[in-house]
Order: sequence, then structure tokens, then C-alpha cells
Amino acid sequence: MLAPRPRVGVLALQGAFREHRARLEALGAEVTEVRLPGDLAGLSGLVLPGGESTTMARLMGEFGLWAPLRDFHAAGGHLWGTCAGAILLAREVQGAPPQFGHQDSLALLNVTVQRNAFGRQIDSFTTDLQVQGLDAPLPAVFIRAPAFARVGEGVTVLATHQGQVVAAQQGRVLATAFHPELTGDLRLHELFLNSLRRLETA
Amino acid sequence: MSDMQTGTPALKQGFAEMFKGGVIMDVVTAEQARIAEAAGATAVMALERVPADIRVDGGVARMSDPKMIKEIIAAVSIPVMAKVRIGHLVEAQILQALGVDFIDESEVLTPADDQFHILKSDFKVPFVCGAKNLGEALRRVGEGASMIRTKGEAGTGNVVEAVRHARTVLGEIRAVQARPAEELMTVARDLQAPYELVKYVHAHGKLPVVNFAAGGVATPADAALMMALGLDGVFVGSGIFKSDNPERRAQAIVKAVTHYQNPEVLAEISEDLGAPMTGINIDDLIPAERLATRGW
Repeated sequence: MLAPRPRVGVLALQGAFREHRARLEALGAEVTEVRLPGDLAGLSGLVLPGGESTTMARLMGEFGLWAPLRDFHAAGGHLWGTCAGAILLAREVQGAPPQFGHQDSLALLNVTVQRNAFGRQIDSFTTDLQVQGLDAPLPAVFIRAPAFARVGEGVTVLATHQGQVVAAQQGRVLATAFHPELTGDLRLHELFLNSLRRLETA
Repeated sequence: MSDMQTGTPALKQGFAEMFKGGVIMDVVTAEQARIAEAAGATAVMALERVPADIRVDGGVARMSDPKMIKEIIAAVSIPVMAKVRIGHLVEAQILQALGVDFIDESEVLTPADDQFHILKSDFKVPFVCGAKNLGEALRRVGEGASMIRTKGEAGTGNVVEAVRHARTVLGEIRAVQARPAEELMTVARDLQAPYELVKYVHAHGKLPVVNFAAGGVATPADAALMMALGLDGVFVGSGIFKSDNPERRAQAIVKAVTHYQNPEVLAEISEDLGAPMTGINIDDLIPAERLATRGW
């Protein structure tokens, strides 16, 4: 039997959404760019890309996306956030804009995320990362990257770097502090699509 | 771990990719930086005077006071960029030491070197440079720029030059793509561009780095136009803080870049923003007042 062709969205408000789109399409997914709530119809998974989490959070508010994204998750949708996308998924955000002291998030992953946990741009780095579920290390690009400072109940740690949690999963929510979409290694995208295929054949 | 690397071209270019579909706003105070962040800017550009004021004031325009840059870094959580004069490698070293996230080697400031640009590959911090055409863009990438922007005619509120530069670069990319491989060395000679980068453009149909619009963007429609032409994002300078209602205009321009393909959304967000900056007719500028011609 042919594997079904998953229908996946990429949140396309700002950031590296084209890179995610290209990699998901290379693996056979049908990809929709999500800018307005109506774009979520018929999707089984959504990727929240890297970019600026404050910009994306502001646009999610302006275009009424917070509740529809939570509903999407509640209705069985899978979510994967990378870097800024991971910040948007977290229950609590540290390092919010100083003027507000608070940053809105979807609160679908029971973690406290620390923005810019590794420093400013000159501290950004690449490394080979051991990720649970992958047999060989993954090339990982950390750009002004966050880390999960607190990991709560129900959350599985998938990878750590220098003692900081940088990949985690809770049910249908996956979050990585780094940028798999900037490398040629498609294994995490494949992992995400395989979880959707299981959902669709179940 | 010993395999960690910092300051690589991949990291600098990857960081530039994260600004795509976003708006980078010029600010001259911490308060303006807070307004820009609240409006949804993906980064702020810290400088002493916006281009419109540099035009009016005249004199030598230089790198900003480090104190002001530090105040802006402390005021916001988004990345902070700052400008250095063309060729002023020491100003760039100072900004890198301050922890600035991106450096703009900018023709808007008075050039420090009338022949050479900074060797940007020597730095860990990424650089953005202006370009009017493909040859200029590829020379800057060859020197290590991680991002290119159109020069436009900064501080005029007139988008015509930014459109001209975008159409020139994108048109020249299409022309290179159409050439057979054996002609590329001659193309490189004619463009005065590195051969390896000409080969990249031929193979991929794009610049090796992201390409943003800058110079003269004053309205949400201007920003959406630059996206519709095929650029990756937008810099806005005088266009925001020289208008009647900077907060609302900044928010509208951010939304316009995301929804540039949706005229209904653009119509809604363009409404009732107050007066835009007055603007300058570029034809009235004497050649010495033109900023875009700086850079070699």
C-alpha cells in the first residue's frame, strides 16, 4: 500500500518558512502556507519555523491565530516548532521583551523556554547533536537559540547540549531549539511526517 | 564538545535567513526601539540620525555613540543592527565588541574609504551591504557580506530607486541564468564579480544570500511592492519616524510584508494611517546629494 501523502502547514508569517516547505515537499508532503486561520483547514500537521518569535507572536494576535492553533492541536493536529517556533509552543517564556516582561505563547508544551539561552549572534554555533530516535548525530545550527530551562511533567527530553535541553516532545508537540531546515539532513522532517502518516493510517 | 563552530558563513547567512518576511526598522533612541519591537520589527537598526535628518543636517555621518547602542541593546529582545561607514573596519571592530548582532556597511553614512570596502569575512558578526546591481551585490558577497539590500535613495520617502535596483539585480540574475556555461567567465568580467559567485547565480537563479529592500519605503503598499517584486524583506528608515503616527505606520508595514499577496488585507491596513513622510523628488537632488552612488 502506498503511504498517504500528508497535508502539512507551515506558519508563514515571517522567518524560514520556505526552507521548511522545500524540505517537507522533498519528502512527499503536500504543503500549505498558513497566514490566516482559514488556511488550517484539512491539515494534519503544522510547522512553526525559526524567525523572530516577538514578530510572529504579534502577527498571530493581529490575525486571530492563537485560538485556532490551540483548537488545531486539540483536534489531533501535530505541531513542530523550530527555534522561534519552539518559543511559541512553550508554556512559559523567559527573556521576553524588557518593555513587556511577558511574551504570549501557545502553552502546548509543558516547558519554560529561555530565549537567547546561548547568547547573542556572535555566540551562535553549529554542532553535531545526538538526538533520541536518530542513530547518528544530527548537524544542528543554533542561531541566537533558546533552550528549555524547565521541563515539566509529560515532556520527553530528546537532546541536550552543554547541559541545556534543546529538543523535547510532549504527545503531538515536538520542539527543537535549533534549525534542521538550514541543513541538508532531512531526518527530523522525516520523523515528523512519519508521525503524521501513522495518524492518518490509524 | 570539540566540534562546535562559531562565526561561520553558514551561521551568518542562516541568521540573515531568519529576517525573511520581516521588517527591520531604523531607530535613534531606546524609546523608538521599543516602539519598533512592539510593532513587530524583526530587528532594529541603531543609528544617530535617520537618513532624512542626515540629508538635512549635512556634515560627516559616522558610527553611533556606543552608549546609545548599548541602551538600545538593553531596551529590546530582538536583534540589534548598527551602521558603519564604508571601509571603516575599526568602527566595525567596535560594533562587534559591543555585541551588535549585524553590521550595515552603509552608504547612508559618509564613506571612510573611497576605493575599498571592509573584508567582512574577517569578522564573526555578519554584515549587510547595499547594492544597485548584480555585480555590486556579488562583490560584497565575495568580501563576506551575509545579506544584500537595495540602496534605494535613503531619506527621500520615494521608492523609485529601490524599485530600480531590485529590478536591475533580479533582471541581471535572469540574464545570467540564460547564458551558456562557457560564457560565464566573460559575464564575470563584465559584471566585475567573482567567477565562483557568477556560477552560483547561474546554477540557482538567486543570490547566495538573502536580498532585502531598502531606501525610500514609506507606506505599507511600498513595502508590499518590494516583496511582490521578489525581495525577501524590507528595511524602513525615515519612512516611519518622519510620519504622523509612527506606531500605527510601523505595525501596518509589518503586516503588509506578511500579507503582500493579499490586497484585501493591504487595503484594510493601509487605511487612516495619518500623513506619511513628506518625501523628496529624487530628480531635484543634485548628484552630490545622492547616497546610492556611494560604493565601488
